[in-house]
Amino acid sequence: MLPDSVELAEVAAEWSGVYVHVPFCARICPYCDFNVVADRDSLQERYERAVRSEILAEDAWRPIAAVAFGGGTPSRLHAQALNAILEAVGARFGLVEGAEVSLEANPEDWTPDLAEALIGGGFNRVSFGAQSFDPVVLGALGRLHEPGDVEQGVADARRAGFKSVSLDLIFGTPGESIASWQATVEQAIALDPDHLSLYALTVERGTALSRSIAAGAPSPDEDDQADKYEMAQALLAAAGYLRYEVSNFARPGHACRYNLLTWAQAEYLGFGPGAHGHRSGARYRTIHRLEAYLEAVEAGRRPEQGRDRSDSWHREQERLMLGLRRAAGVVAGCGGEALENDEWGQRLFAAGIVVRRGERIVIDQPLLGDEVVRAVLALPPVEC
Amino acid sequence: MPNRSLPRVLDRTWNPKPRTSTVRSTGPYPDVMISPTSIRNFSIIAHIDHGKSTLADRMLERTGAISEREMRAQVLDTMDLERERGITIKAQAVRIEHRAPDGSQVVLNLIDTPGHVDFSYEVSRSLAACEGAVLLVDAAQGVEAQTLANAYLAIEAGLEIIPVINKIDLPAADPDQVAGELASILGIDPDEVIRVSAKTGDGIDDLLDRIVRDVPPPVGEGDELRALVFDSYYDSYRGVVCYVRVVDGSLSPGDSLLFSATAERHTAAEVGVLTPLAVPVARLGPGEVGYLITGVKEIDRIRVGDTITHPGTSNTVPLPGYAEPRPMVYSGLFPSDGEDFERLREALDKLRLNDASLVFEPESSRALGFGFRCGFLGLLHMEIIRERLEREYNLDLVATAPSVAYRVTTTDGVTTEIRSPQDLPDRGRIETLEEPYVRAMIISPSEYIGTIMELIQARRGSMNHMHYLSPERVELTYDLPLAEVVFDFFDHLKSRTRGYASLDYEPGDYQASNLVKVDILLNNDPVDAFSTITHSDKAYLYGKTMVERLRKLIPRQLFDVPIQAAIGSRVIARETIKARRKDVIAKCYGGDVSRKRKLLERQKEGKRRMKMVGSVEVPQEAFILALQVDTEK
Repeated sequence: MLPDSVELAEVAAEWSGVYVHVPFCARICPYCDFNVVADRDSLQERYERAVRSEILAEDAWRPIAAVAFGGGTPSRLHAQALNAILEAVGARFGLVEGAEVSLEANPEDWTPDLAEALIGGGFNRVSFGAQSFDPVVLGALGRLHEPGDVEQGVADARRAGFKSVSLDLIFGTPGESIASWQATVEQAIALDPDHLSLYALTVERGTALSRSIAAGAPSPDEDDQADKYEMAQALLAAAGYLRYEVSNFARPGHACRYNLLTWAQAEYLGFGPGAHGHRSGARYRTIHRLEAYLEAVEAGRRPEQGRDRSDSWHREQERLMLGLRRAAGVVAGCGGEALENDEWGQRLFAAGIVVRRGERIVIDQPLLGDEVVRAVLALPPVEC
Repeated sequence: MPNRSLPRVLDRTWNPKPRTSTVRSTGPYPDVMISPTSIRNFSIIAHIDHGKSTLADRMLERTGAISEREMRAQVLDTMDLERERGITIKAQAVRIEHRAPDGSQVVLNLIDTPGHVDFSYEVSRSLAACEGAVLLVDAAQGVEAQTLANAYLAIEAGLEIIPVINKIDLPAADPDQVAGELASILGIDPDEVIRVSAKTGDGIDDLLDRIVRDVPPPVGEGDELRALVFDSYYDSYRGVVCYVRVVDGSLSPGDSLLFSATAERHTAAEVGVLTPLAVPVARLGPGEVGYLITGVKEIDRIRVGDTITHPGTSNTVPLPGYAEPRPMVYSGLFPSDGEDFERLREALDKLRLNDASLVFEPESSRALGFGFRCGFLGLLHMEIIRERLEREYNLDLVATAPSVAYRVTTTDGVTTEIRSPQDLPDRGRIETLEEPYVRAMIISPSEYIGTIMELIQARRGSMNHMHYLSPERVELTYDLPLAEVVFDFFDHLKSRTRGYASLDYEPGDYQASNLVKVDILLNNDPVDAFSTITHSDKAYLYGKTMVERLRKLIPRQLFDVPIQAAIGSRVIARETIKARRKDVIAKCYGGDVSRKRKLLERQKEGKRRMKMVGSVEVPQEAFILALQVDTEK
């Protein structure tokens, strides 16, 4: 199946997922606003026990089609800990045949032994935080690895038997030239990954990056990022990578299943501190702070911290908001039809930003997609 | 210094305390017949900041009209805005009593006047209620433009002028020099000039005695009532409160009254004097000044300048009024929220009650919706009205570019006045287009003559007259287009003369000019709110400034937006807002769904507050910022 195929996009709605949040990091990157901790590695054993017991205490559910370990830095955990958590997932819910089991890894943590141990435990996909192949840019992003670590990591993963290898890249860092970015994309392609995620550097509130910009440092430039995005898209297309979501590109058969299911508004369980889940039509999250999370689980409590109830119109808008991020777009449905009949929506159709293709609506200019989503969110409620 | 935590004087003055109603129910009010011979009605006229309000306060304090405890700086400036800006907007009358040197008790009615050039018509109407004027000059600043303008107004009104030099306590005071200037203007002996310090109280008693000696007592003619309404005030409890000067006869509560201009009849519910507290009296006799309440609540039913008589009287000749206020500057005021249109109308109605110079009529704009075309006496007046609307009536407003009134004669020979650029006919139909001129008087140290002349030339002015008040100070008179004077002329004059020049102007003739209408087009559609009429030499500057400002103020859209300035179909300036190229959240995964949705919801709300001008989203503040008046900075 093609990574951007309509069928896959829709099938993903039926999948069930598990997300495990691993908050540990060697240090916190200046642009990062995820739930992360540095210098707390001594808590890793308690963390592993807590996550396992949280999984085993969860209500029975369907077999899982995609498991994703994200962070933070999952590769800061020992292979045994990662494998033990995965084993708990399998024991509690079961994994479907050929399930995707993925983790994020930092190149500097990756070793042949780790790779082999993870294959032994059932992992089959790894996503490296490569970010750039330009040492200056890596420095600006606060990354600890060198460009060569990525090449080594990919080779070790291949040798150990990972079926799908992905690279994360960040573009539009102030000071990064067009040439530097082009070289980064070309070097990434040269490593022959199956999948690439290209993220425009985004200034999130409360990060070191936003503080330094407030103090006068240059901020990312929209036009520069647009230029780099378009360039990368052309280079990747020529190399056989197709865009299947705003920031994600893959070779046929290598679209990330866990990602696909979230954009298809499918359900997933979230474990670990500050993880998000989506079950029985409700979105919920777990206790954010690591220590508080550990204490809750160790005391035998379910670590849920909040839950959003939503009505059917809210969910319809959300279906469009998520689905429209995909190259495959989304079945128009009642929300899409309302958009076509809305004044704001009509301007966006007229401008060719969003188009109708058969029963689906698709965003043809992914860099301008948020305007379409804002128009969806501004629609008055419709009975579906 | 003004202390804003103190209550406003008018609140105290018009506080409808039981005291008033108790007095009324138990009556009778004091019915003291005051002989006109023991009344003196006078104003203080001065250039701004020459100490008029301080002098008034000192007089009130000296005569015991207000106790030390009640004393605060500048009692007569009652509105918050006046106190903040240090200027006097509303005339107000206060009755004070003074024992004359011969031992007799004299009633002095001090009628306050505004001190800014925008409000000179209010000066003339205050003067209509007086027999004398104290012409006050700062001992360090000397005679200024408004000193002269006000002196001429008083002379025209036939008032006795008492020249006074204030601030003699200042180290920089040069009272001999200033006395010389005053003497040369008024044709008097320099020794006639009184020297005071309103700050220290020095010379105040002399001044009071001189007012009693020199200001003629009012002369009434007969017993039949004629009274002049020289100001009015709207009180939310009492309705319209008129300030009146009784000329002939007397005015008592219960009297049936005929207002001659409106031909309306009202009954006097209460008459009284201001001490400055409102004190009801049984009657106001000839020459007296006080207030009148009729119970009228409606805004348009009492006209300032009107003559009040008793119905059926034979004494029907209206009193000479004063120069009618004439708006000099027009601007459209629009509520940011279209829902507030009615609230804006009510607020303008209320402001007009106390400000006969404010005129307005409904106007609609494609860009801004429904609002009002308002006429103002000048830019300061416009700013004050806008601030009061926003502050006192809690309105959020957008104002269009200020404009003067042009006179257009079309090819069919019809002449009309144009108060808004939108009303200008097509160019092909215009035979002549004229603009209003003013006669401007500038007084300045003579060393700045060169730089002033440069400024005048840049403003299309021509010199009319030059006169040396002294070897160091010169009076210059110019004819200038009003449009060149009202906006920022004074700021430029001040900066070129290091603050030493003063300015006053009076309306002159209309003169034909090479005027053009400049339109601003957004995405090829003209935006009416930004159109202006200007001299052809200035069209490019206006156009260039506006398109540059708008390019910076309007956010990038999903398509390129050309911004053009054009005269007819000829584009004179152009900028382009390049289309937005990236507007998408980079990461949106399972953990982000609710958070990213909230972010987009917030952005959506921000967009809803924009104004759609054609297909372009324009932030509200772009209208305000683009139209800020300092177009030459």
